[in-house]
Amino acid sequence: MNRRTLAALTLTAALALAGCSGGAPDAAPTDAAPAPGASGASTALTLADGWAKAAPSGMSAAFGTLTNPGTADVTVVSARTVAAARVELHETTTDASGASVMRPVDGFTVPAGGTRELAPGGDHLMMMELTGPLAAGDELTLELTTSDGTTASFTVPVKEFAGANEHYEGHGDDAEGDAAHGTHDD
Amino acid sequence: MARTTTDAGRADGTPLPGPAAPVAPARRGVSRRDLLTGGLVAGWGAAIALGVDSARRPAPTAATPAPEPLNGTVVVPFHGPQQAALTVTPQTHSIHTALDLRPGTDRAALARLMRLLTDDAARLTQGRPALADTEPEMASTPARLTVTFGFGPGFVAAAGADVPAWLAPLPAFSIDRLEERWSGGDLLLEVACDDPTVLAHAHRMLRKDARAFTTVRWVQQGFRTAHGTSAPGTTMRNLFGQVDGTVNPAPGSAEQARAVLRSDGWLEGGTTLVVRRIAMNLDTWDEVDRPGRGASVGRRMSDGAPLTGGVEHDDVDLDALDGTGLPVVNIAAHVRRARATTPDEVFYRRAYNYESETDGAGLIFTTYQADPVRQLVPVQQRLAEADLLNTWTTPIGSAVFAIPPGCAPGGYVGETLLEG
Repeated sequence: MNRRTLAALTLTAALALAGCSGGAPDAAPTDAAPAPGASGASTALTLADGWAKAAPSGMSAAFGTLTNPGTADVTVVSARTVAAARVELHETTTDASGASVMRPVDGFTVPAGGTRELAPGGDHLMMMELTGPLAAGDELTLELTTSDGTTASFTVPVKEFAGANEHYEGHGDDAEGDAAHGTHDD
Repeated sequence: MARTTTDAGRADGTPLPGPAAPVAPARRGVSRRDLLTGGLVAGWGAAIALGVDSARRPAPTAATPAPEPLNGTVVVPFHGPQQAALTVTPQTHSIHTALDLRPGTDRAALARLMRLLTDDAARLTQGRPALADTEPEMASTPARLTVTFGFGPGFVAAAGADVPAWLAPLPAFSIDRLEERWSGGDLLLEVACDDPTVLAHAHRMLRKDARAFTTVRWVQQGFRTAHGTSAPGTTMRNLFGQVDGTVNPAPGSAEQARAVLRSDGWLEGGTTLVVRRIAMNLDTWDEVDRPGRGASVGRRMSDGAPLTGGVEHDDVDLDALDGTGLPVVNIAAHVRRARATTPDEVFYRRAYNYESETDGAGLIFTTYQADPVRQLVPVQQRLAEADLLNTWTTPIGSAVFAIPPGCAPGGYVGETLLEG
């Protein structure tokens, strides 16, 4: 079970133990323990229920639930992985024609004590120029950097997935063309 | 990772408390830990499944007695020393699916496959969506969902291990009319649940994650007495109307453990499974009157009691003679021929009926035993030589699988074969 669920539902359980007599929870839990091994509050960002879409080449995307148990907002400003030349932070929106498109954003802010879902059809980590096939069952390690410069690594499984096919609204180019500039390989 | 319940209490599972199913801990004997951890799951599922609607539902007042938990909220633990098919009282619906490995699927790929499938099973059985689950709401009412994995000879060979001698087709019996489309297979998924919709979703999720590695060989869907129809523990009836499965170790019992568990190598704590598809000719069975039916089975059709008297679970007196000096139980009656003649011949059955316009009717006869050759084959041989029921029954499918032990949180089913 992921940390977000644990935190959110500990509250549910507490209410249940109290006899189910209470009303709805009126505050998000803020007492979740930091991730084991976290070296400070700003690095306690977690990615739960993470996974990435299998792809033979080209592009793919990773998803999951970002949780910020700290008391200040945290913004993910970049991500990288050895499995792709670069990773962009994307949101999904609707263009003028009503089609679902995705486009880069500068960061994913996770509110203090809150979560942010990365999901097909919504925000996601877009991997450009895969360095090799992402096969079902592979494990992919992503490193996220937050605005204060700290990094955190998460390993997620790769799964076949038929969805997450939103059109990429790049800079007027197709994705491969767009990926030809601005790379920052290690 | 939070675990949902104690593994020791797998049995028939514990309810998930939540808005959809207020729990009455005292009445169900749910431990504080069960309630707490169950609450973790329910809250999430409820958040997804109920949304705004639940908020409009009037809250029960303190004077209202808490209803029994809905069966949909009942969870069977996934993690444990044995896989769940051994420990759970059989659910209403079951799908046995045999998959064949795609060419080139090697040991490393098998580990990837089993990690994916184990993760799906660990989540779905606990009322949580699988990763990348496109219908997460359909996971929120597990209804005693279980997933059990089995390995055929092709799987073990692809893992680079020695294939045990017993992990092979059973010897051909004279009554067999086996069809390739119901036989063999490299990887078995048995998915079972009290709810057919939940079952279909879980089965499809597993199939999607197996697709990169496997192709489908056969799928056998079955059913038995539905939850809530009869008192718990009531022996099911097959489509002949026969009370079927009277003599059977209880799930999770010491007697069952003695009969089914292995203690060798990667199968320590595991077992073996034989899946036999037995076609039953209901049209010719219709021609048989009740005395002939009872005589063929060796038990009363009305209640499954032995023809020699008593009630269902009384022993059959095979030596009893009638007034003319003939055996009361026919020398070829099913109950006489099928009965264990040695302790070795005890195994665990978990049968399901099948019936469809295209595939006819019959029984998905599944047996779990430590060694199919030593325990099951002698009984099958006796039945092939003489069993009045053979007049109306025909084995049309057969497959043998190794059932690895269960796994702990963080582990995966098959790790004892695929790691190290």
